Amino acid sequence: MQRIGDGVAVRRLLIGAAVVLAALFLLLPLVAIFAQAFARGIDVFWANVTNHYTLAAIQLTLFIAVLTIPVCLVFGVALAWLVTRFRFPGRRILQTLIDIPFAVSPVVAGLVYLLLYGRTGWLGSWLDGHDIQLMFAWPGILLVTIFVTCPFVARELIPLMQAQGSREEEAAVTLGAPGWTIFRRVTLPNIRWALLYGVILTNARAVGEFGAVSVVSGAIRGQTNTLPLHLEQLYQDYNTVGAFASASLLALIALLTLVAKAGLEWRAARREVHP
Amino acid sequence: MSIRLHEIGKHFGRTQALEPIDLDIAEGELVGLLGPSGSGKTTLLRIIAGLETADNVAGARILFGERDVTHLHVRDRRIGFVFQHYALFRHMTVFDNVAFGLTVMPRKSRPSSGEIRSRVHRLLEMVKLEHMAHRYPAQLSGGQQQRVSLARALALRPDVLLLDEPFGALDAKVRQELRRWLRHLHDELNFTSLFVTHDQEEALELSDRVVVMSNGRIEQIDTPDELYRHPANRFVFEFLGDVNHLEGTVRDGVLTCGDASLAVDLEDGPEELLLRPHELELAPSATQHAHLPVCVTAISPVGAEVRVELEADWLGEPWLATVSHADYERLHLTRGTRLYAIPRRWHRFPDERTQQTAPTPETVS
Repeated sequence: MQRIGDGVAVRRLLIGAAVVLAALFLLLPLVAIFAQAFARGIDVFWANVTNHYTLAAIQLTLFIAVLTIPVCLVFGVALAWLVTRFRFPGRRILQTLIDIPFAVSPVVAGLVYLLLYGRTGWLGSWLDGHDIQLMFAWPGILLVTIFVTCPFVARELIPLMQAQGSREEEAAVTLGAPGWTIFRRVTLPNIRWALLYGVILTNARAVGEFGAVSVVSGAIRGQTNTLPLHLEQLYQDYNTVGAFASASLLALIALLTLVAKAGLEWRAARREVHP
Repeated sequence: MSIRLHEIGKHFGRTQALEPIDLDIAEGELVGLLGPSGSGKTTLLRIIAGLETADNVAGARILFGERDVTHLHVRDRRIGFVFQHYALFRHMTVFDNVAFGLTVMPRKSRPSSGEIRSRVHRLLEMVKLEHMAHRYPAQLSGGQQQRVSLARALALRPDVLLLDEPFGALDAKVRQELRRWLRHLHDELNFTSLFVTHDQEEALELSDRVVVMSNGRIEQIDTPDELYRHPANRFVFEFLGDVNHLEGTVRDGVLTCGDASLAVDLEDGPEELLLRPHELELAPSATQHAHLPVCVTAISPVGAEVRVELEADWLGEPWLATVSHADYERLHLTRGTRLYAIPRRWHRFPDERTQQTAPTPETVS
């Protein structure tokens, strides 16, 4: 008897198609980025990367990512805890609300923030009165980045914590453990890989976000330009090597993210066998 | 330590999971809470543990000895709790699982790490798992995991041990073994224990007293012996074992049902009798008092007795009879054999005759 998919022709055709598509759509662009970045030699590449404006963009991008991650981490854990450990009216609605940042186009998110916090916005005019400027400055970039990335950690944790249930925590409390100890010694070790995975995704998105940030940043060179915005500006200025040099940095971060993610998945799979 | 409950009830939203209940458990007693699913037995256990809160009414009280724990947090009640699916900390070794309760004690009262080590080893010795100390829960069998969970619950020397379907997830043989072992442990350490089960055999075998529950109500509290001999009502009778029904009309001291008849000493009128499988005798011919022709439809000769399924035109549901292996051979029973059932005893609960659809007991899979 033949199992489904055992036909040699079918198998070769499917594998071949997958390989060709992956090469065409994934591998080739990646190679092109690095090829373009180094098109005029390593010296030009290096000059572009160490350019004052590029360095400022890198700095701002990393700064935003470093601030975003802890916020998303705390928010994600708290939300996942709330949704999976308690029953309350509106729980399902809350679970749906978490997905809004995924569902909404980032540009729309940026515009909404501009509308709310801009100088003439509803909250912005009050803030302006108190000499606080959010839009066209790094706090605005931080706000929209948090908005765009906040579901990642919660999304990773909720299914896992739902599957694990709260029995272990109940067992811990019957053994006299205080709340914080339970979280630290029982909950956290059980979710740590999912948590780390969520952080990696959050970081990738925070570094690469373009749409929402472009609306609220004002793109002031050397001040409010993140790496993706800087890249786009260079490209508009016909500085192809500069643009691709920045692009290669982003691609490098993406590759590191993928490696970290694969490493985690490998560890998780291994733990299934040898906990 | 004794456990006393007074007026403990529970609503989930608008549904009443538990009618206000009074219950006294003496120090050192091993009591089983028995009932079908949805009877409120687990809710009651979780309320005693403090994992669930009882309805806040004026008279509601939970006392451990003289200590009023009604409003005490779980972590301050000093209970040991054993979960149905063990709830071991999956990322900790067996040793760390058992040590957990000791290591989370406030620094002032916490034993030294040497003391903890020796105590945990003594506990593991008690549950016969010393050689597994460095394994993870996933590497243990179900029975071993449940023993770890017991050792963990006993590590803090609780006043009260509460067990939620402790053997429910184990296979029959391991269950038997663990039951006996728990009984032994209980007698040795003499703590007060309360366990939940839906398995009547387990409740009757293990408990000093059994609390039978249904629909959030206590139906009867008694020793296993009394419970079986003198069930308080039809529910208890039906829940404690297999039951055969005989419905018919009585006239002049004879109950008739189709072409079956049985001499009974009852007043005229419709009547329903309940018969236990072991109270039925099978014979090749009818007697003067009993004319109940039946046909054998299935035979299961496994165990101490032979279980025989019987059918007849006058029967709504098939009957079950248990006969000795000697009788089985003497009667040459095979499928299709026609013979007569002769009740040695029967039971009736006339006051509850309207309650035709009593919940059927859960079967143990």
